[in-house]
Amino acid sequence: MTERTVDQIVPGWTAPNRERAATLLAAYPERRSAVMPLLYLASLEHGYVSDDAQREVADLTGLTSAQVQSVASFYTMYKRDPVGRYLVSVCTSISCYLLGADDVLDAVEEATGIPDGESSEDGLFSVEHVECIGACGGAPAVQVNYELVEGVEPDKAILMCNWLRTARPEVVSSDEMQSLFGGQRSFDWGPAEQEGAVAAVPAFGPYGSAGEA
Amino acid sequence: MSDAPLILTERMDAHPADSHTMERYEATGGYEALRRGLEMAPEEVAAIVKASNIRGRGGAGFPTGVKWGFLPQAMRPRYLVINGDESEPGTFKDRQLLERDPHQLVEGIILSSYALDVHHAFVYIRGEYPRPARRVQHAIDEAYAKGYLGSDILSSGFDLEVTVHLGAGAYICGEETALLNSLEGRRGEPRIKPPFPAVEGLYGKPTIVNNVETISNVPWMVLNGGEAYATIGPETSAGTRLFSLSGHVAKPGNYEIVMGMSWRELFYDLAGGIPADRAIKCWIPGGASAPWFVPDEHLDLPVTIDDTGRHGSMLGSGAVVVMDEMTNVVAAAHRVVKFFAHESCGQCTPCREGTTWLERMLWRILNGEGRLMDLDLLLDVCDNISPGLRWPPAQTTICPLGPSAVSPIRSIMTYFRDEVEAMIVSAGSRDDLEEAPVG
Repeated sequence: MTERTVDQIVPGWTAPNRERAATLLAAYPERRSAVMPLLYLASLEHGYVSDDAQREVADLTGLTSAQVQSVASFYTMYKRDPVGRYLVSVCTSISCYLLGADDVLDAVEEATGIPDGESSEDGLFSVEHVECIGACGGAPAVQVNYELVEGVEPDKAILMCNWLRTARPEVVSSDEMQSLFGGQRSFDWGPAEQEGAVAAVPAFGPYGSAGEA
Repeated sequence: MSDAPLILTERMDAHPADSHTMERYEATGGYEALRRGLEMAPEEVAAIVKASNIRGRGGAGFPTGVKWGFLPQAMRPRYLVINGDESEPGTFKDRQLLERDPHQLVEGIILSSYALDVHHAFVYIRGEYPRPARRVQHAIDEAYAKGYLGSDILSSGFDLEVTVHLGAGAYICGEETALLNSLEGRRGEPRIKPPFPAVEGLYGKPTIVNNVETISNVPWMVLNGGEAYATIGPETSAGTRLFSLSGHVAKPGNYEIVMGMSWRELFYDLAGGIPADRAIKCWIPGGASAPWFVPDEHLDLPVTIDDTGRHGSMLGSGAVVVMDEMTNVVAAAHRVVKFFAHESCGQCTPCREGTTWLERMLWRILNGEGRLMDLDLLLDVCDNISPGLRWPPAQTTICPLGPSAVSPIRSIMTYFRDEVEAMIVSAGSRDDLEEAPVG
């Protein structure tokens, strides 16, 4: 049996994503290791980790769909239901909690009109509380499509959600949000970055999820 | 602390605008250690790290040189995996190292790989850290372009590939065997040890897993000698160390310090004291897994691995979370326990069920449904996860996550039991209930 190429397995994927998939599969000593990055790629293709996405990743890595599902279901960042254009994640772990994170979550729920763990019907927002995101020195902290904003007070959280609704940025930039809505930072971030997130997938070049802000 | 040498944060302190770039790194002596290291025999580089006496900065504090020594002599290939899955609540030091000085880590990876005869290294970075991941990937790309990575590095004949791998939201992947499973494309469930990763790690091959901060120190060690590093700070807590301060402190942030100062100095001299001049009620000395300290007993203790351990806690990942006198400690403990209940991988029953029950009991106490008998019941569940409730903890589980959830409960029962009781009594004790409602 000749091994099928990436192009043959996922002909529907964009050409750049097929190229990325081939690169990721070659980056590890064993193909199975590419499951996690490929699940991110498939999320970009399908908007979330759908059943089709899992089957595709299974075909690409030589696993069964059940094996891929067992991985996808283990990690909270693989969304197995459609996720909004802007995923707003509010950290409610101990350091953020001590500095008022629960009020920030309330504010985000109010501004988006949707409760923790759900998505808006228009597909614009998903809201979730998350465990520690490593921004404890800049508590309370929020991420939008995993791009970080530190020192977000409740009133600023409302402004941020309203801004997302009206400005609808194509690429979500940590630096832009921090300058508009952020406060205390964990440390000096240094110069602003050019890259940001194009979807609710961590913005990382090799995964095709980083865009020019 | 003017007399403290800065090792890890010197460049980012002096050059905040571009400390992450190749240009700045080279202009400030970067990759000089690599040139020197490649002129030595690999064993000599390993000997430098051993002589430094550095203890791993990820949480367990195991001597890095000793860990390296566990690699079996003959088996190849070997792998080096950098643990950048920093997820312990309160910890954000590796994030700063990854974002602000990624070349320091990359140079440390190349030197360590050379010392260990590794030709493929991985950097596992948590998925919620896209910016650090971008910075590291960019540094790696720059290093390839300059001939510091790839084949025949600086004409030494040494080859090395480095791959950045993102996690996807699972604290447990910070545990080294869970991390290896995750890197293999599996669920991030810890493996039973032994075998330890040094013998049977990634793809069943000998593997060293080291923390970001640990390896970021290696270039300095190669330039200045392992002995020079060993002379910094107390004998068994050698070197400088990054502490992440958060919670109720005036100046939260990462502080690179020589261990041995007191907690009082750390809070009041370095971190600017407590906002609104409130008193400290308690603090977590080393990440959410660590038993808490209180001012009466611990404020003047030296901040060292050994002193902290002797007093029933740990420096762990270097995360210090301060709670002022206004803090509701039951609510705070609930928040920490909730974290572990959420992050339990579910393999071991005492952890999977126990953390969930602990969280629910604390929740109902907080919501006025507590019973006085819950105090002992909490400790009983804790005892099933970590028999004897002693320190360092015993465990009925594969990994230490379950016992970590016991720490906050033991802490409030030891120091604030009257407060927990008062909360239950003032809400009206529900001992009359056969079965208490569970929230």
